[in-house]
Amino acid sequence: MQNHFELFQLAPDFDLDMARLDAAYREIQSRVHPDKFVGASTAEQRVAMQWATRANEAYQTLKNPLKRASYLCELHGVALQAESNTAMPAEFLMQQMAWREELDEAKNDRAAFERLETEVLQAHRDQIAQIARHLAKADFQHAAQSIRQLMFLEKFIDDLDHRSEHLI
Amino acid sequence: MALLQISEPGMSTAPHQHRLAIGIDLGTTNSLVATVKNSIPEILSDDEGRALLPSVVRYLPNGHANIGFKAQAAQTSDPKNTVLSVKRLMGRGLKDIAYAENLPYDFLDTPGMVQIQTVAGVKSPVEISAQILATLRQRAEDALGDELVGAVITVPAYFDDAQRQATKDAAKLAGLNVLRLLNEPTAAAIAYGLDNASEGIYAVYDLGGGTFDISILKMSKGVFEVLATGGDSALGGDDFDHRLLCWISEHAKLAPLSDADTRLLMVKSREIKELLSTKSETQIDATLGSGEHVRLTISAEIFADMTQHLIQKTIQPCKKALRDAGLQIDQIDGVVLVGGATRMPPVRKAVGAFFQMTPLSNLDPDKVVALGAAIQANLLAGNRASGDDWLLLDVIPLSLGIETMGGLAEKVIPRNSTIPCARAQEFTTFKDGQTALAIHVVQGERELVSDCRSLARFELRGIPPMAAGAARIRITYQVDADGLLSVSARELRSNVEASITVKPSYGLDDAAITRMLQDTHGTAEADMQARALREQQVEAQRILLATRSALDADAHLLSADELAAITQLISVLEQCAASEDREAIVAAIEQLSAGTDVFAARRMDQSVRAVLTGKTLEQLI
Repeated sequence: MQNHFELFQLAPDFDLDMARLDAAYREIQSRVHPDKFVGASTAEQRVAMQWATRANEAYQTLKNPLKRASYLCELHGVALQAESNTAMPAEFLMQQMAWREELDEAKNDRAAFERLETEVLQAHRDQIAQIARHLAKADFQHAAQSIRQLMFLEKFIDDLDHRSEHLI
Repeated sequence: MALLQISEPGMSTAPHQHRLAIGIDLGTTNSLVATVKNSIPEILSDDEGRALLPSVVRYLPNGHANIGFKAQAAQTSDPKNTVLSVKRLMGRGLKDIAYAENLPYDFLDTPGMVQIQTVAGVKSPVEISAQILATLRQRAEDALGDELVGAVITVPAYFDDAQRQATKDAAKLAGLNVLRLLNEPTAAAIAYGLDNASEGIYAVYDLGGGTFDISILKMSKGVFEVLATGGDSALGGDDFDHRLLCWISEHAKLAPLSDADTRLLMVKSREIKELLSTKSETQIDATLGSGEHVRLTISAEIFADMTQHLIQKTIQPCKKALRDAGLQIDQIDGVVLVGGATRMPPVRKAVGAFFQMTPLSNLDPDKVVALGAAIQANLLAGNRASGDDWLLLDVIPLSLGIETMGGLAEKVIPRNSTIPCARAQEFTTFKDGQTALAIHVVQGERELVSDCRSLARFELRGIPPMAAGAARIRITYQVDADGLLSVSARELRSNVEASITVKPSYGLDDAAITRMLQDTHGTAEADMQARALREQQVEAQRILLATRSALDADAHLLSADELAAITQLISVLEQCAASEDREAIVAAIEQLSAGTDVFAARRMDQSVRAVLTGKTLEQLI
């Protein structure tokens, strides 16, 4: 079975040409989507659903930096073990705690909230850049560690989003 | 004069023969049917030239029913047997229905979906909706003069699995072949996008009679991609009427109202709401059953004030959908208004203020959904000209999950996943020697199962006794292109399997559908069997045709033995296809279908491989 990169005929790199990914995905969906097989035999409809499901799965995985990075690690035999491996550098954990405190304090302060949001989003971009550097050197162990940290960051950004609803 | 071509029996139909397909907007307040004629989508009117069919069904003591305007006219005189806004009851239990106490029906709190006791017997929302669909089907067949290939039926994007399944069952009951369930905002986007050759990111704000949807779509050449959707499947124009009704009761200091008076004031409230879209003030004038006279003046401003919270309730989902799509407001290129309730000026104002632009409404908000559905139906039925083709990528509106220990809902497929999609997750047993596993399928965003909608429960039995935590149970969720879920479970060590299409808690099994078909059409058992036989004969021809054309194109993908095996299965089906033996036809179809699985898979592989090979990015874009 082809992996997600092979499906779209893309090189298995973290640094992806997004326009090419989009185009390849659409091209494949335009061939396999169940809407193209409404009058076909039951067997063909079944296969169409499986293929379209697969193309969606592959596309969603490659489109998202966190999922793409995790998938690359997996392809190279490095499991993330996000549930069991929760060890983080002390510095990173301290930063997380500081941000949580800031978030609580910024409850009714739009300007403070936005400052925090900007800072966290920058940290998110930096984290992805770091992952890209590890993956470029084929250092999947360190990439996996950075990805686990990215998961923390994304969870925190989700919380920020939820809070922002109540701010307005 | 050109000679008409008639194909040989059993041969493929001529490639340019137009196959009749329709789009149906099954609305809370009104329903419509449309089709594409000579490449132009148009609404099909009734014989009095009316496009809208009020979604109202009145049951009569003789067992018959009136549908549409005639039923609507009786809504105040016969409220118990005249069902309005049945869409709000689809796939819903009694406890889910807002203001059930204000509705005049004799509800039966049946498990899964509520039912109504009428003078013509107990009716489920599915049967009532089927009456409306059957009326539209008849209208279409009369207008088009032939049998229909199928229909696209629209549903609110925010409909959950139970509501979608109920809609599909209603269509089946009305004798319609459902080509696809299509989300209403997506249908509107198709009609709008193709009409205006629009490109970019659009928000479709759809406030109908009983439902609210917001969808964010990316439209580009040949692709409609839904990025996120949100809404409230129990919020619509009806709620504005209801608010006005409460205001009238309060200000006129009315005693609790009879069912007939409630209906009367509901009708008045709707009229006033519509008048206030163009006037700044109007009068309420009504005489109740008791002879009491109600006369009040209401301004557009007061009406706007009392309904402001309802409009605000639509803005929150807009924010959420934008966030889910990962977009900022300034990335939206246009906002399309759909649904009769968007005619209210305060709604337009609020939408304009939120999206920071004037909403587009150059297509009739009542008709745009049906037109889009007709365009999609035409495409699915195979009437597209080459080069005039597009791809629709839609999403599921609500996360699908499973109950885990402690009544928590574990998400298996997150909301806004592009469909079709599937996901497998592994679970294990809790106790030593546990031989069965209860699987509870839920839908919704909340963490507690009790706050989510329960879709189905089923059991995986026959797990060999093992220590707690040793069994490996893989549960697979598959959502098809209609947004409908099926779930299967398998114990990986022993290969014990159980699967389910998520129907039992809300949907109807085939036996129930057959019974309802008999009730609805008052037909005898023999007629029903004849109809079922005819359906299978048609299906057999469809499969034979599809298989033969696949062989014509790609027989080279098969070995001589494989080809011989398929040819054998074809001739078995050919032989029984014309017979009266329904069971034999069903069995032969299934065998041919199973026997061509590998062939279908190879054809698809070939097609996918061919598509990307040697293409440059420029060629792809």
